[in-house]
Amino acid sequence: MSRAPVDGINQIAQTFAAVRASGGIGLMPFLAAGYPNLDATTACIKSIDRAGAACIEIGIPFSDPIADGPVIQEAFADALAKKIRLNDIFQAISGLSGQIKTPLVAMVSYSILYRYGLGRFVKQARQAGFNGFILPDVPPPEARAVCQQIWDGGLDTSLLVAPTTSRKRREEIAGLCSGFIYYLSVAGVTGERKSLPVDLADGLAAMRQITDKPLCVGFGISTPAHVQQLKGHADGAIVGTAVIRRIKNAINSGTDLIAEAVGNYCKELIGAVA
Amino acid sequence: MSSSAPVVDLLHQPDATGHFGLYGGTFVPETLVYALEQLADEYTRAKADPAFQAEFKYYLEQYAGRPSRLYHAKRLSQHLGGARIYLKREDLNHTGAHKINNAIGQALLTRRMGKKRIIAETGAGQHGVASATVAALFGLQCDVYMGDEDIRRQSLNVFRMKLMGANVIAVHSGLKTLKDALNEAMRDWMGSVEHTHYIIGSVAGPHPFPSMVRDFQSCIGYEARQQCLEVEGRLPDVILACVGGGSNAAGIFYPFINDRTTQLIGVEPGGRGTALGQHAATLTLGQPGVLHGALSYVLQNDEGQTADVHSVSAGLDYPGVGPEHALWKDTGRVQYVSITDAEAIEGFQLLARTEGIIPALESAHAIAQAAKLAPMMNKDQLMIINLSGRGDKDCQEVARLIDLA
Repeated sequence: MSRAPVDGINQIAQTFAAVRASGGIGLMPFLAAGYPNLDATTACIKSIDRAGAACIEIGIPFSDPIADGPVIQEAFADALAKKIRLNDIFQAISGLSGQIKTPLVAMVSYSILYRYGLGRFVKQARQAGFNGFILPDVPPPEARAVCQQIWDGGLDTSLLVAPTTSRKRREEIAGLCSGFIYYLSVAGVTGERKSLPVDLADGLAAMRQITDKPLCVGFGISTPAHVQQLKGHADGAIVGTAVIRRIKNAINSGTDLIAEAVGNYCKELIGAVA
Repeated sequence: MSSSAPVVDLLHQPDATGHFGLYGGTFVPETLVYALEQLADEYTRAKADPAFQAEFKYYLEQYAGRPSRLYHAKRLSQHLGGARIYLKREDLNHTGAHKINNAIGQALLTRRMGKKRIIAETGAGQHGVASATVAALFGLQCDVYMGDEDIRRQSLNVFRMKLMGANVIAVHSGLKTLKDALNEAMRDWMGSVEHTHYIIGSVAGPHPFPSMVRDFQSCIGYEARQQCLEVEGRLPDVILACVGGGSNAAGIFYPFINDRTTQLIGVEPGGRGTALGQHAATLTLGQPGVLHGALSYVLQNDEGQTADVHSVSAGLDYPGVGPEHALWKDTGRVQYVSITDAEAIEGFQLLARTEGIIPALESAHAIAQAAKLAPMMNKDQLMIINLSGRGDKDCQEVARLIDLA
């Protein structure tokens, strides 16, 4: 199988190489595209970019997100109720061209990719400025053909590794991730949790034995202390529900204040490990 | 089927990774793969284990009351004036529907895997009741996810589940029906995979559920085939079964899949019309897509968002269908048609009046199709209708709808 972006620079790999060289940990905030509207989404992307995140995960709203807890479910349902279309998302992201330096990865259900047409989606996502995909519901063996097609289209792939994933599968999944590896801190759905599992560091160390690729940890991460705990064990911390909750809390205060709230929260998390 | 169509061996499906031709597979978060692999391995071992098969057979016979009867519905046949009609009486099973067959099989597997808790999704409540029943029978903890709208429509079954010690969890997302209940059950499983087994109630979902549930339900078809040969000395000309997720249909169709003289017809819920959102006729009106872990036919918009669905029957109110049905449709081996809400309610009353049997609203769809088809057949032709469940649970809702009409 040919590996990853066929031309241009591999921005995700470069970003995490820089993070590792600095001895720190990169922050990857999550936004639900179109929640509460696309202007707010692009304003938040800019404020996260200014705050100095390593990467931004853009969730493509889906009607049946089985890996998500109530907060992200609600954000997706809100965006879909407002009749958001994929083309609207691609256009909004295109509009950011030249204004941000942070790589963007789209978290998108295979239900959407299959129906829209994988090749068509990859082409349009790349033109819009996405650097890669997180595939939350395409594990191996199904992932093999899907990842190849995404690489052929010039974008990176990231798959999930769960605490329950066997070593044999971890090896295969690592081989199918051309961007970073999305390591789930817990078996469960997205959502804020008080503390990180005690065996997380061991799990990450075991994963490190298998691969040198960037390891980004997601699910349940919401506080500066969580990010600090991950430093030295992972290359990135993915923060989703906690970001969406801040958007929800500011939802009636207008786009600028929503973006400010998200930007400030990201600065707080990044500051904790600076 | 055109003569140029490739010959597909329909008896030996799926492949090792759960593909029925193009369909099926495993499209779930990695977290669940652990449990799915464990289940597939355990089922493979159990299938080849005479002790497991003997135990399964014991509970089907002594607890569920199998074999179910193949009953010659003389008055219905006379009334329709065509084919000689037989009813496969799954409504007479313990708990009143075919769902118990699968629930027993999966509960036995749960025990073999050493798990103490089961979860289930339910629409009409029949699978929820079957799951609550086996939980009581085998001493398992049981949580059933059920859409809030279905809890309203199916209050009798909610009470039955609670009476047997199950916890019924109301689901308030989406349209508050079967699809939403399935989402919540999947989310529960994401966090409980190591000690909980999820008893999916249909031939849908990721591998190995579609083929495993088909196998557990195939007793319906094997019995019907033998009973028909005993009584009539030959195979039926037509078999009708309703299709939501497709488990009762898969159970009766599969043992006849290579009997090419027997026409197999799946009857889908046509709801109130053919516009998206007005029906749940996934195979008749849908397209290939991915939902709840498998590639099959689905009802969704052009960007992969699951469509709203409607059916008078809470058990058929689902925007997907088992992947094996998708293969059967594409190969032309099974024909899929749809019946409207109004026709199903007529079928419900027709069977009650002619035979003294009140069918589940799901099964009433098959009765309604029989009412259309039987008069066009001649008197020596044989038709079997899979009477998948009994209609007590639907009486209140039908009374409400008939009063409105």
